[in-house]
Amino acid sequence: MNAAAVRLSGISKKFGALWANRDVSLDIQAGSIHAIVGENGAGKSTLTKIIYGLFSPTSGSISIRGKAVRLNSPREAITEGIGMVHQHFMLIPELTVTENIILGDERSPLFAALKKKEAVSNIQSIAESHGLTVDPNALVSELSVGEEQRVEILKLLYREAEILILDEPTAVLTPSETEQLFKTLRSLQEKGKTVILITHKLNEVLAVSDTVSVMRKGRIVATEPTASVTKSDLANLMVGRNVLLKIDNPPEKPGKDILNVSHVNLTDTKGRSRIDDLSFKVRAGEIYGIAGVEGNGQSELLDLLWGMVDPQCIINGSVTLDGVNLKGKNPAEIASSGVSHIPEDRLKHAVVPDFSIEENIVFGRHRENTFRRLGGFDAASVARYTKRMIDQYDVRCNLESNPPLGTLSGGNQQKIVLAREIDRPNLKLLILAQPTRGVDIGAIEMIHKKIIEARDKGIAILLVSAELEEIISLSSRIGCLYKGSIRREFSTEEIRKGRGSEQNFGKEIGMFIT
Amino acid sequence: MRNSFFKLAVPVLAVVAALLISALLIMATGRNPLMIYQKMFSMTFGSDYGTGQIVFRTTSLILTGLAVAIPFKVKLFNIGGEGQVLAGAVTAATVGIVLPSETPPLIAITLCSLSAMIAGGFVGLFAGWLKVRFGVNEVISTIMLNFIVQALAGYLLTWHLAVPSTVHTPEIIRSAQLPMFDSIIGIWQKSPANISTLFALAACLASWVMIFKTITGYEMRAVGLQPEAADYAGINANAHLMKAMAIGGAMAGLASTNLVLGYKHFYEAGLTSGIGFIGIAVALLAFAHPLWLVASALLFGFLEYGGLTVNAYVPKDIFMMVQAVTILMILVLTKAMRGS
Repeated sequence: MNAAAVRLSGISKKFGALWANRDVSLDIQAGSIHAIVGENGAGKSTLTKIIYGLFSPTSGSISIRGKAVRLNSPREAITEGIGMVHQHFMLIPELTVTENIILGDERSPLFAALKKKEAVSNIQSIAESHGLTVDPNALVSELSVGEEQRVEILKLLYREAEILILDEPTAVLTPSETEQLFKTLRSLQEKGKTVILITHKLNEVLAVSDTVSVMRKGRIVATEPTASVTKSDLANLMVGRNVLLKIDNPPEKPGKDILNVSHVNLTDTKGRSRIDDLSFKVRAGEIYGIAGVEGNGQSELLDLLWGMVDPQCIINGSVTLDGVNLKGKNPAEIASSGVSHIPEDRLKHAVVPDFSIEENIVFGRHRENTFRRLGGFDAASVARYTKRMIDQYDVRCNLESNPPLGTLSGGNQQKIVLAREIDRPNLKLLILAQPTRGVDIGAIEMIHKKIIEARDKGIAILLVSAELEEIISLSSRIGCLYKGSIRREFSTEEIRKGRGSEQNFGKEIGMFIT
Repeated sequence: MRNSFFKLAVPVLAVVAALLISALLIMATGRNPLMIYQKMFSMTFGSDYGTGQIVFRTTSLILTGLAVAIPFKVKLFNIGGEGQVLAGAVTAATVGIVLPSETPPLIAITLCSLSAMIAGGFVGLFAGWLKVRFGVNEVISTIMLNFIVQALAGYLLTWHLAVPSTVHTPEIIRSAQLPMFDSIIGIWQKSPANISTLFALAACLASWVMIFKTITGYEMRAVGLQPEAADYAGINANAHLMKAMAIGGAMAGLASTNLVLGYKHFYEAGLTSGIGFIGIAVALLAFAHPLWLVASALLFGFLEYGGLTVNAYVPKDIFMMVQAVTILMILVLTKAMRGS
């Protein structure tokens, strides 16, 4: 057996008092696809950042192809043949594919003319040999997400990377784009490249990797050949206990129409149509799932429902809540008419990370009389409420030390947001956008349970999620959003039938969203 | 625990480093730094009059510090303390001159102080409005407003307000003048320390309550920390931006009462020069916390007056350098300690 492509020996990394990685030793075989899975906060990202030279380990050593190295920057990692595709792409939309790829590696003197033609043909030949179809002269702003990812991979291949790290590469892809990516990864493997795949989607690990390592609390708890493990083995290793991957979802009893979106058109400030004759209804006591790939009008729909659309956009059609118009109202007015919204980007939109848990649990609800006294807060009432919510939602935190919310894990933060929004007085409509994104499996289970509980209390729920599995297992009805309108709506009966063979049903939905 | 230690360590380290650097500078002038420091101390905190001088200077700096600290909570950088305090000073003096001399002190003082606050607040509000309405960067607009207010004040003084062939206005009515600590309780004799110090301390306390205890302050902090989340929570960020600038400006305006109503009893050219700018340093050193601000202002008040007391031995400019070095050290240390 040849030397490992990457060998980590006793890697530890400490942030403050927290060990993000603890004594990690791992061999990644050359020419393999090696998946690293783990819950959020298990230390996957830290580990890859150490391999990529973004962090230097507190202790331990790394060797690349048998040679001990100390990587102090990504640049040094690149010269060792290590490349990384980040979860958020690092591309400049105003430049062409070629310009983006050669950026930082122009291979011509500073003031000489760029050898663009040469670069274009070079890139074309790399692209062809790996089956990565993308037009080298296209502007990046014109590409789809899948194509952008291909550009990122090409960037690494252009720099002759031998070891490719991909961080959550499928998070933004459609099912067919994911298939395409897996083909690419396999062809890279055939060419002798080593792929390190960071993910929390267990299906993908099983589909594409040769070896899988599971991380928990900063340590590698198992490294196994993928062929010898099952999905529930992995899930057990990740959380250290049996988790229900299936949700207990009793039949719903829908009531009257609560949200009525009728023939809505939305044209953005640049004159592009983002929502196109969109109509759907959400009834009390049901979950209406919106399936779709990002960029098909989801964010515009959410902005519209929450009164955050740019005033220069042109909106036609009507949006009513229980018969009352919502269009043109601001978030405070919409919230007070009985709507809660859990936005997708939690840290940016739903909480103030520097605020304490108490301050966050009343955030957006701080005008309610129960929390107020004179011009300020009723501290005792807020504290009591916080305590109650934290118990009800099983938030793991140390209230006595009053930590800022940002120090909690993603799952615990989301539980706090969920508690706050579901518990809003007179709640009629709950809007959820990617409610379990960046949340660990243990918390996902609890969040799903709470969503179903809210449904059974007669709250109308609109669920927008890129996770098909989540949509299928929670929704009462599913609308497939494509290019700003519902292309196909699945009824409750169809969904019940579909849950029997989730994979096929997922493929069927997939056809209507691409 | 770690966080609070860090918050205390940075300013202390910065001050120590600045004092060490100033010691080197003093040695470069051929003097013994220990002798200078000893003299400086005995003539400031070591003497009744010196302490009064420091209290007097501290009072102005607390208020111009608040003028920076409050907008800082909504992530606005108010460089306009200079113009705002000047607007306050001219207004306070004018009101103090035109009031009938039989006005009772309580009313006269209230009217003068309030009008100074309104004038300063208006200048701040205008910068806030430019920001909200046109997206004008507040740093640029407040600097420009400093120039405008300066020119306007110069014009008003020269053409309308000044006693002929002087650069100051007539004296304000007696009842608008603030009593000295000397005359009420007999401390800090002959020093300009007056009861506006109490205004400043009250303003600090009120600002602290507003920022940390009221719903308004809660919303303001949210706007400063996470503006987009505040939007989602239905908080009107623009209103808070303007409010913070107006309150900041009003605090700077109030600083003028210390100088006009408490000390000079008239407005003269250059009376307020510099205190608005030092206020920026005061606020930075205190991490814009309204209560820490008192300690920070006290340090700067000490350096300012202490520099004057030893001016015969070393140029007082050395102590201006100490102030500047302190601020630079704070910025550097904050970055360095966050980064590690």
